Amino acid sequence: MNVNVKATQKKSFQIDASSEQDTFYLRLSGQFRLSNLSAFTSEADALIRNVNAQSIVIDFSDIEYLDSAAALAFITIKNKVSQDGIDCSLVHLSDEARRIFSIISEAALAKPPLKPEIGHLNIFVQIGRTTIHIAKDLINFITFIGELIVAAVYTIRHPHSLRWKDVLFYMHRAGVDGLPIVGLIGLLTGLIIAFMSFLQLKQIGANIYVPSLVSFAMVKELGPLMTAILVAGRSGSAYAAEIGTMVVNEEVDALVTMGFDPIRFLAIPKVLATILVVPILTIYADFFGIIGGLIIGVTSLDLTVSTYVTQSIKTIKVFDIVTSLIKAGVFAALIAGIGCQRGFQVRAGAQDVGKFTTSAVVTAVFMIVLADSIFAIMFYYIK
Amino acid sequence: MDNDIIISVENLTARFGNNVVFDNVSFDVRRGEILVIVGESGCGKSTLLKIMIGLNRPASGRVLFEGTDILSGGEKTMGEYRKNIGVLFQSSALLGSMTLRENIELPLGEYTDLNPESINRTVKMKLGMVNLAGYENHYPAELSGGMKKRAGIARAMALDPQVLFFDELSAGLDPVTAVELDDLILKTNEALQTSMVIVTHELESIYKIAHRVLMLDKQAKGIIAEGRPLDLKNQSTDPRVTSFFRRQKPEDSSEKRAYVS
Repeated sequence: MNVNVKATQKKSFQIDASSEQDTFYLRLSGQFRLSNLSAFTSEADALIRNVNAQSIVIDFSDIEYLDSAAALAFITIKNKVSQDGIDCSLVHLSDEARRIFSIISEAALAKPPLKPEIGHLNIFVQIGRTTIHIAKDLINFITFIGELIVAAVYTIRHPHSLRWKDVLFYMHRAGVDGLPIVGLIGLLTGLIIAFMSFLQLKQIGANIYVPSLVSFAMVKELGPLMTAILVAGRSGSAYAAEIGTMVVNEEVDALVTMGFDPIRFLAIPKVLATILVVPILTIYADFFGIIGGLIIGVTSLDLTVSTYVTQSIKTIKVFDIVTSLIKAGVFAALIAGIGCQRGFQVRAGAQDVGKFTTSAVVTAVFMIVLADSIFAIMFYYIK
Repeated sequence: MDNDIIISVENLTARFGNNVVFDNVSFDVRRGEILVIVGESGCGKSTLLKIMIGLNRPASGRVLFEGTDILSGGEKTMGEYRKNIGVLFQSSALLGSMTLRENIELPLGEYTDLNPESINRTVKMKLGMVNLAGYENHYPAELSGGMKKRAGIARAMALDPQVLFFDELSAGLDPVTAVELDDLILKTNEALQTSMVIVTHELESIYKIAHRVLMLDKQAKGIIAEGRPLDLKNQSTDPRVTSFFRRQKPEDSSEKRAYVS
């Protein structure tokens, strides 16, 4: 009995099946490679499935091309057939085909992974790991603050050791380059507060208090807060990404071996530059906020420029400005410190850099809001 | 083995701005051969390799793969070409966020319609070929330099490419690991008849694995020698070639440092 499988024109391979007594023959011809692997394996499987023979012979004499993936597929077929108790042999292999089969190590195929795959962990393990993770993170952060303080004290005692060029560079990056966006956000915030308070206050005829409200809110709270959040997004993330990439490239290790303290070398200039620049940015945001209020005041409230300005100045006290600047300085230290710390936490790989850059911004924003709440209570009692 | 040509580089010129790296370079890569490209730093070896794998574009010239120009054929031709080549980068360029299995699965999942079981078997086979059986769940960061290289080779070979490219094959490896890598290359070449284009400086490795060597020169801005490595060492009359292969400094190099005396 002869079964002939018709090969279509497009097919690059052909499998002819025939049987003789108890032996089933598969004659292969054409090309057997990764790109037609699914096609020829399913065809061969279909042919073999219903075979009722004692042995199967796969004949390689007419093949034109064989690659390692195809060779592996035939080994798999052979093993599967053997499991069913049918004897399977591969015959008429050319030297080239034989060499390809020779590099497929069956031991390697059967070898279990040296490390188990990380599957789903049960909830208790997850809670435990997360707790340990948070605790380690906290210890890491406290250690970093300690190291930063030591480095800062050293820098104060040896001012010449500070890399002033870097300080200026980061002042430019965080400060000068940040002016447009800080100004714009300040202006829009002032505009919005003025407009919202105007809508409420006009009902009781208290339009004259709009300038007070805008300047009070901007200087005391919104100016420092908005600026800090912007700087965290712009510069905090940049610090983390920069240091993180340096860790990955072994640049930080290189610094250590050259005898530099990476914190003094990398973190101190960034922290110092940010502390110097954020209060200035805050004043800038306050100023633009008041200008924003002024625009609404003059166009919608029928106030003159001079009334608006006098009213604003009357509201703001020196104490408010000083506390606002102190707040800005503390926020700056938090942003830069967290940015650098997160950068140093990077261990390997591009994904780590992304993870810790995100974490730098999220942590900084959280710490800013937390610190702001503490300041609000503190200044209330000091006053 | 027949000697037909798989890649043909024709009149290739590369320049950065006004600086011509090499000019009018032509050569062929034969099917199944191991071709090593050597030359001093800055002679354009890596640029040449990058053009051949389609990462850079030359100022002029053609690169033919089995008769088709890969540079002028558009994205589709280039995509087809990329399925037929594998590249091992100097740093191995394994994706650090993925395990070895995932790294090797990447091209298999993208370019084939294999079922997960076949993919898994293929991954195990490729890892077995580079003697890394069992390491499928390891991350690249957990491997040594030599293991990373071998894993990189396994990924480059995932699609059973016809040509493999290696940039700075044994740079930064200890001699034993480098020899293992050479053996792996020879074994793979012999078993699969894969053509290989290798950029390397390691003389011992060149003598061992190269079927043919091309030497590029910075001043000449092109190929100054071609042949079997031992022939170049023993028979070349060009001092630039012999000094490279005999690992000597050129005769005139001491002149400029007369002050050392």
